[in-house]
Amino acid sequence: MHELSIAVSMIDQILEESETRGGLDVEVVHLKLGTFSGVDKDALLFSYELACEGTRLQGSRLEIETIPLVIYCDACQKNRIPPSVYQLSCPECGTPGQTIVSGREIEVASLEVAA
Amino acid sequence: MNTRMVEVRARVMKQNDLLARALRERFRGEGTCVIGLVSSPGSGKTAFLEKLLSELARDSRVAALVGDLATENDAARLQRATPNVRQITTGTICHLDAQMVEKALESWRLDRIDFLFIENVGNLVCPSSYDLGEELRFVLLSATEGEDKPLKYPTIFNSSDVAIITKMDLAEAAEFDLPAARRNIESVRPGMKVFEVSAKTGLGMPAVFDFLHAQLASSRQVRVAAAQ
Repeated sequence: MHELSIAVSMIDQILEESETRGGLDVEVVHLKLGTFSGVDKDALLFSYELACEGTRLQGSRLEIETIPLVIYCDACQKNRIPPSVYQLSCPECGTPGQTIVSGREIEVASLEVAA
Repeated sequence: MNTRMVEVRARVMKQNDLLARALRERFRGEGTCVIGLVSSPGSGKTAFLEKLLSELARDSRVAALVGDLATENDAARLQRATPNVRQITTGTICHLDAQMVEKALESWRLDRIDFLFIENVGNLVCPSSYDLGEELRFVLLSATEGEDKPLKYPTIFNSSDVAIITKMDLAEAAEFDLPAARRNIESVRPGMKVFEVSAKTGLGMPAVFDFLHAQLASSRQVRVAAAQ
């Protein structure tokens, strides 16, 4: 389980962000998490709470937006959502997709802070 | 209580990715071909690496970093092929990251190394999120593990460049379905290069050696072209 390492990196980053903005009271952290990121959503939620303890983020909530896997189909020349994460082909024409457009994200999108 | 939104848009892996990029540039600059190896525990990474090191050492300068949670057994085993082996023991951490690699390289003269192999901790999940700056990542799958591993761990297979099917000498006994394994690899990583090998008998290994020599030559060509 590497979600704890990810949570720690994430918290460090948010604390740094908070610092540069003169100290934020973060209530909610909005994270974009791709289904092809290799990170498990529930394990990350659990790790986040654990890793927040004793930091300025203690008591904040993590909200995860799941980003689907999207590939580019060279034949259709369009972005497509493949049938599953283990079948990277175009759902329309069946052409294998070698280009991943999105789905690998582990990205802090925004913070909801006390006004 | 009122709240306001602060846009951040920060990639969580940014720090690791930046360091990995710096390592990649350093490897390229020094002319070192760096290959990462990932697989589940017991798939034969160390045996495969042992063969690679001893064969490539005939005409090239080789080195390896090996990651494990504990023990230095793998490093000791690989040192029979080359003295340039360092163990990275991660303690409880289930993957290597770019910082561990950078630290382990301390005092090594990369310009005197042609091939550097980085053997990750045996794990098909966590290493996929961490770029180590390698030029290519090999994912190993043993014939005894079953042909559906790629479908179960699509992220790591997709984040790798080459698949190595190991322990092919046991394929028949294990009733390994090779065409299905190849189909499954193709399904999660279309166009992926696949080698079938047995480190024990040497089957299929020459093709891997040739591939690595060609890789080293082509990456050095790119380097020369970039310098001009």
